[in-house]
Amino acid sequence: MIKTMLKASALSLALAASLGVTGAPAFAQEVVYNRGNDTDPSSLDPHKTSTVAEAHVLRDLFEGLVVYNAAAEVIPGVAESWETSEDGLVYTFRLREDARWSNGDPVTASDFVFAFRRIQDPATAAGYANILHPIKNAEAINSGEMPKEELGARAIDERTLEITLANPTPYFIELLTHQTGLPLNQASVEEHGDAFTRPGNLVSNGAFMLDSFTPNDRIVMRKNPNFHDAENVQIDVVNFIPFEERATCVRRFEAGEVQSCSDLPSEQITELRERLGDQVRIAPYLGTYYLPVKVTKEKFADPRVREAMSMAIDRVFLADEIWQGTMVPAYSLVPPGINNYVEDAPTLEYADVDILDREDRAIALLEEAGVAAGELTVDLRYNTSENNKNTMTAVGEMLRNIGIESTLTEMEGATYFNYLKEDGDFDIARAGWIGDYNDPQNFLFLYESDNLGFNYPRWANEDYDRLMQQAETETDLAARAEILAEAERLFLSQVPAIPILYYTSKALVSPKLEGWEDNIMNVHGTRFLSLSN
Amino acid sequence: MLGFVLRRLAGAIPTIFIVVTIAFFMIRAAPGGPFDLERPLDPLIMQNLNAAFHLDEPLWRQYLLYLGNLLQGDFGPSFTRRDFSVADLFAVGLPVSVTLGGLALSLALVVGASLGVLAALRQNKGADYAVVGIATFGITIPNFVVAPILSLLFGVWMGWLPAGGWGTPAHMVLPVVTLALPQIAIIARLTRGATIEALRSNHVRTARAYGLPTRVVVVTHTLRAAILPVVSYLGPAAAALLTGSVVVETIFGIPGIGRYFVQGALARDYTLVMGTVVVIAIFVVIFNLLVDLAYALLDPRVRYER
Repeated sequence: MIKTMLKASALSLALAASLGVTGAPAFAQEVVYNRGNDTDPSSLDPHKTSTVAEAHVLRDLFEGLVVYNAAAEVIPGVAESWETSEDGLVYTFRLREDARWSNGDPVTASDFVFAFRRIQDPATAAGYANILHPIKNAEAINSGEMPKEELGARAIDERTLEITLANPTPYFIELLTHQTGLPLNQASVEEHGDAFTRPGNLVSNGAFMLDSFTPNDRIVMRKNPNFHDAENVQIDVVNFIPFEERATCVRRFEAGEVQSCSDLPSEQITELRERLGDQVRIAPYLGTYYLPVKVTKEKFADPRVREAMSMAIDRVFLADEIWQGTMVPAYSLVPPGINNYVEDAPTLEYADVDILDREDRAIALLEEAGVAAGELTVDLRYNTSENNKNTMTAVGEMLRNIGIESTLTEMEGATYFNYLKEDGDFDIARAGWIGDYNDPQNFLFLYESDNLGFNYPRWANEDYDRLMQQAETETDLAARAEILAEAERLFLSQVPAIPILYYTSKALVSPKLEGWEDNIMNVHGTRFLSLSN
Repeated sequence: MLGFVLRRLAGAIPTIFIVVTIAFFMIRAAPGGPFDLERPLDPLIMQNLNAAFHLDEPLWRQYLLYLGNLLQGDFGPSFTRRDFSVADLFAVGLPVSVTLGGLALSLALVVGASLGVLAALRQNKGADYAVVGIATFGITIPNFVVAPILSLLFGVWMGWLPAGGWGTPAHMVLPVVTLALPQIAIIARLTRGATIEALRSNHVRTARAYGLPTRVVVVTHTLRAAILPVVSYLGPAAAALLTGSVVVETIFGIPGIGRYFVQGALARDYTLVMGTVVVIAIFVVIFNLLVDLAYALLDPRVRYER
């Protein structure tokens, strides 16, 4: 027995020794980009997706009417040009002649009509169908009140697409950059049904096409030779690798096995910056982290109490110390740098006041509201995460400075958001919002009184609702921006939710990977990137 | 023998049934559902989704539906990975986990048993203390510490092996070693103890008295008895290793089925969690049976004939 044991261990040693050789990349001539992603997409059917990680994958596979370039500016995609009617309701898109599916078929206007009808069809159960509700009759179709043929999108000819909107929606072109605006190859979807997303079945029109999808391992995409701009696509193969464990991506990045990571382990930020220098990319992102306050509870009914709490929160400390500079102090709901907004966007008026003075003012406000020191106890609720916990602990300490006691309650993710949505009995919670499209409406709609999915505090303000209504029908962009700013000023004076931090996007980008521009939408289409040796 | 195997397999059916039932109701008791995301869905869309996955039916009917499908070998669709059925996911993940676990187990058995015998033969000498020391060390240091350290050391700093991922044999080395280390430690300790006991037994003393060479005494007469406790340990250990390790698979980025259990539970992917539970239950039943059969082969006192 010992003999066979020795043989076996000798064998395993020899095996281990030979591995160093087989580990080397085999195809030197192909440019292969190993791209870290947050998670696997839940589907490659754009209509069944909603997350940022999914958007990264779909952006490479498909091309919509318009796309984001490397700097996240809207540029023509399948549409080469478009016109808008006087009243802002009818958009006419002229499709480029050389737009092709990966099987060589031309991309036609009816492919878009097919996709837009499919996403509104209740049978598709698309979670993000509401992004395209500005299209005429979309909402009615989505709720099963109208046949999908009634949708305000029609193919005038193969290369002309006409979209009619219900209301002028100044951000409509911006909306079309979202994955809900992607076309589908009608023939392949009809032929394969639910299986149309499988490798071998999936027909796509982006810079890349699907080669294979191994869950928890990688999605392999190859350059699409039929793509209209294929000559400028520098990368032959992209492997999207999911990293739920961010530190794993960092190790593989440092070992040279992946060329970019889509996120960083927040506890290692300082150390990573020291070690990797400008390979660590931290950029402002279109997102806000805020604390909804249950305004329907008597103890929070007085806006002065909410304002006092907001004043006492030292956002700079939270951003720099708790989040190690991976968040930015926030004094408004709508993040800075957004499109279609006023020059001097509204902020909390005490943004620049020293924190000690703010505490004094907060104490005075509480007194005015009839709340004595130590009288008010609030429960701070958050979903499980080290950073959320630290943030809420610090917020509790800050509230104590103005005589408000606090307790902490942690809940696990799936339970937590269900609880908030179902009008759970919380005091102060945390929530975050990353914009789907670059427009203030995408943040301000969160607190419309009928938005029961996101308006966790159940704040209802008629003036706010009226302003939001007004903005929806205003076609003049500057006037609309003023109305939206008015709504935000109202929001900030009432603070039904306390904005505390703006998100940043965090990434690791190898110096070999060129063309990666930091941008507020955190979009980095692989077609704009190149790899050097 | 065949009769015994068949009786045991028949006896496993109620066990698996009970496991499935308990797991089904436990995961349903957890608050929230597969479609409760940070960004809530429109109630109408939620309704459409619930209908598509039969979540709108009474729980008892969903349970019967699930059992019915399971009996036909259908694990159902995944709720969160909507391009795949649970069976698709296992078809890809299970071979990976079995390869990884199988290699780790073999490595652990070979190294652990050798070290254990070595220590027993040199009882209370330097080599023995070294083995016992290393074994204690191996048991106490958890996977989630060993895995990143190995990955950093051999993947990042020395660059000898991939820091993570799956595909080539090189990718297997670090995860296999990580998984094997605690098993080596446990097996070494078990073997050492059992060998020491066997060396003192009457039949070994008799063999020695006959003047048989030490090698024959150890290999033929001692090991056969000494390996029994290791075999009983291997049953559940193999079932656990072959069905994947969440920690090792996550840290090295390996597409095995170990991750599905946790991913499924957190995302309330009911069918995925149930699928992993069933697979693990089947492995446990099979490996316990294999252990009993191995006993019959190794220990002349155990016979399963009627």
